[in-house]
Amino acid sequence: MLLGETTLIALQSIRGNLFRATLTMLGIIIGVAAVITMVALGAGAQQAIDEQMEALGGDILSVSSAGFFSRGIARNQQTLTTGDALALAQQSVSFGGVVPEINGRRQIKYGNKNLNLTVLGTTPNYADVHLFSIATGRMFNQSDDSARRRVVVLGAEVPNMLDTDATGILGKTIQIRSISFDVIGVLEAKGSSGWHNPDDDIWIPLSTAQFRVTGSDFVETISIKVREDSSIELAMVDIESVLRREHKILPGADNDFSIMNRKQFLDTRQEATEIFTYLLAGIAAVSLLVGGIGIMNIMLVTVTERTREIGIRKAMGATNGNIMLQFLVEAMVLCLLGGGIGLALGIGAAYIAAEFAGWQTQVSFVSVATAFTFSAAVGLVFGIWPAKRAAGLDPIEALRHE
Amino acid sequence: MGLLAGIIMDKSQNVRMSPDSLPDYLTEAIICFVDIGRTYRMGSETIYALRSIDMVIKPNEFAAVMGPSGSGKSTLMNVIGCLDSPTTGDYWLNGRLVSEMNDRQLAKARNQDIGFVFQTFNLLNRMSALHNVEVPLIYSGMKRKERHERAQHALEIVGLADRTLHRPLELSGGQRQRVAVARALVTEPSILLADEPTGNLDSTTGREIMSLFDDLHESGNTIIVVTHEQEIADHARRIIRLSDGAIVDDQPSGGH
Ligand SMILES: Nc1ncnc2c1ncn2[C@@H]1O[C@H](COP(=O)(O)OP(=O)(O)O)[C@@H](O)[C@H]1O
Ligand SMILES: [Mg+2]
Repeated sequence: MLLGETTLIALQSIRGNLFRATLTMLGIIIGVAAVITMVALGAGAQQAIDEQMEALGGDILSVSSAGFFSRGIARNQQTLTTGDALALAQQSVSFGGVVPEINGRRQIKYGNKNLNLTVLGTTPNYADVHLFSIATGRMFNQSDDSARRRVVVLGAEVPNMLDTDATGILGKTIQIRSISFDVIGVLEAKGSSGWHNPDDDIWIPLSTAQFRVTGSDFVETISIKVREDSSIELAMVDIESVLRREHKILPGADNDFSIMNRKQFLDTRQEATEIFTYLLAGIAAVSLLVGGIGIMNIMLVTVTERTREIGIRKAMGATNGNIMLQFLVEAMVLCLLGGGIGLALGIGAAYIAAEFAGWQTQVSFVSVATAFTFSAAVGLVFGIWPAKRAAGLDPIEALRHE
Repeated sequence: MGLLAGIIMDKSQNVRMSPDSLPDYLTEAIICFVDIGRTYRMGSETIYALRSIDMVIKPNEFAAVMGPSGSGKSTLMNVIGCLDSPTTGDYWLNGRLVSEMNDRQLAKARNQDIGFVFQTFNLLNRMSALHNVEVPLIYSGMKRKERHERAQHALEIVGLADRTLHRPLELSGGQRQRVAVARALVTEPSILLADEPTGNLDSTTGREIMSLFDDLHESGNTIIVVTHEQEIADHARRIIRLSDGAIVDDQPSGGH
C-alpha cells in the first residue's frame, strides 16, 4: 500500500543528492558490469571450444616434425615424409584415416583480384577425416593426386573473397603463384575454429603441392583419425613405433617428431577457460560486494543526516516499519539503478569485445537475471542495517538532532 | 474540579482501572494524566523534568501551559504527544492507556489523535508545502486524490491557498508555521499541541498565528499551547502553570 509512496520518496531523495547517489552507485555499476562482461566472455570462450570440439569430429591425433626437443634443444627440422604417411596407413588397423598435409600462405589471383591465402596440400581423404563436405563440384581424388593435376578445391568463403560465387567460379582457372589451377569444387562452410578460419583456405592435391611448390616429399603434419573401437593411447604407441622404425631411431634416442592429441589440448584449454571464468567472476563479485559496502556506508551517513526527518515522520505517524521500508527501498533503488546501468555497460562492453577485439561473447538471460537478483540482494543485505537503525530511532531524540 | 477529585480518590485506593469499566472522567476526557513523572538520569544525578502530574483535558478546551525555562513544559507536551514516555504514572489518551500501546498503536495515536506544532516548525525542507501537509495522510493510508484535496483544504484554512507549491525555505517564518498548523490539523486530531509556536516569530506574526488558534478553537478544536508570554496565554481559557516539573497553578483564564 505504502510501497508506491515510499519508492517515490526514495527517488526524490536520490534526485536531491544526485551526485552522491551516482558516486555511491558506481561500485554497483562497476561490479555488475564486470560480472556481466566476464561471464559473457567466459560463456563465449566456452562456446568457441564446444564448437571446435564438434568441428573436430572423432579423436584426431596429429603428428608433426616441427618443434620436437632433442637433448634439451628445440629443433625445427623437417623429418616427416609422404613415405611415413604411407607406412602409417599400411601398418596399423587402429587408424581410421591417415592424412598428410603441408600448408603455406600463397598469392592467389583470379581476374584482377589478388589474395594471400593459406594453401593446403593434402590427400583426398582430408575432407572425410576432418568432416568437411563439398557444396558444389567435387573433391580431388586419388588419380588427381597421383597425376599431380593442377586442380583446386576452395573454402566456402573464397569465391566471395574473389567477388564471385560458388557456381560462378566452378570450372574456372585461378592462379596460385602464377601457376594455373582448375577450380573443381567449393566446400561447405564450417566456421572459425578460434584462431583460424578453414573457410578461407584453398586445397590442392599433396603431390601437386610437393612437385609444384616445395619440391620435396616432406610433409608438415600427419593427421590420424583413431578408430572408435580403438583407443588414443594404443594409437599413440602404434604411431611412435612405426615412425621410430621408419626414421631408424635407435632405442633410447629421442623421437624426431611429436604427437599431439588435439582433443586433449582442447580439454585442457576448456579447463583453463573455466578456471579463468570463475576467477574473473569471483573478482567481479568481490567488486559487487565492495559496492554493497559503499551503499551501506552512504545509507548510514544518510540516516544520520536525516535523523531530524525521521523524527518528523515519526511524529506525524510513521511506524518503525514505515521508516524501515523507506530506507530499505532507497538502498534497493540505488542498487537496482546501479545494477541497470551496470547491466547496460556490461552488455556494451561484451559487444565491443566481440565487435572490435573479435572475442566471442555471449550475454545470457541467466547472467542478466543473476546480476539483477544480486544487486537487489546487495541492496537488501547492506541496506537492512542502516534501515534498522533509522527505524529504531527514538522520535524525541531524533527531533532534537541538529 | 470533580474530575481531579475522582483521580485522587482512585489513586488513594490504588485501583487499577480496566478499559471496559472506565470511570466517566476517563471516557469524557481526551487526556488524563494520573501521577505522571518523567526523570532523566545524568550520571549519578536524577533530574525531575515532571513530578507527579495529575491533569485532565476535556474536548474543546483551550489551555495555555506557562512556566519558566526548564520547568518541564516541553517534556509535558512531548509526553502528551506520545513522543516521549513517562517514567511513572498512567496516561490515558481518549480512554486508552498509552503505556500499553505498541509501536504501531503509538504511531497511529500520533497520526490520528495528536496534531503537533513545534517551535522550530520541523517541516521537510525538500518538499512543497502541500506535500508537507500530506505527510500524515500518507501514513494514515489515504488515497492520493483525497489526500491532495484534504491538504489543499487545510492550507486554505490557514490562509496559504496560494503558496501550496512553495518549499518551506521559500516561505516566511509565519507562513512556515501556518504550514505546520495545517499539517497538524489535516488529520482532524482530537487535540492540537503547540510548543511555543510563536517563539521563533516576531510579535505581529505571532499574533496572527494566535488568532488562527482562536479560530480553530471556535470551530471546535481542543488546543494546548506552551508559551512564556502572558499576551499569548491570554488567548487561552485555562492557564496551567508549571514550576520545577510540578503544576503550581491551574485556573480558568481571565482574559476572556
Ligand atoms: N534529554 C534530556 N536529558 C536530560 N535532561 C533533560 C532532557 N530533556 C530535558 N531535560 C531537563 O528536563 C527539564 C525540563 O526540560 P523542558 O521540558 O525542556 O523545559 P521547558 O520546555 O519548560 O524549558 C530541564 O531541567 C531539562 O534540563
Ligand atoms: Mg521548551
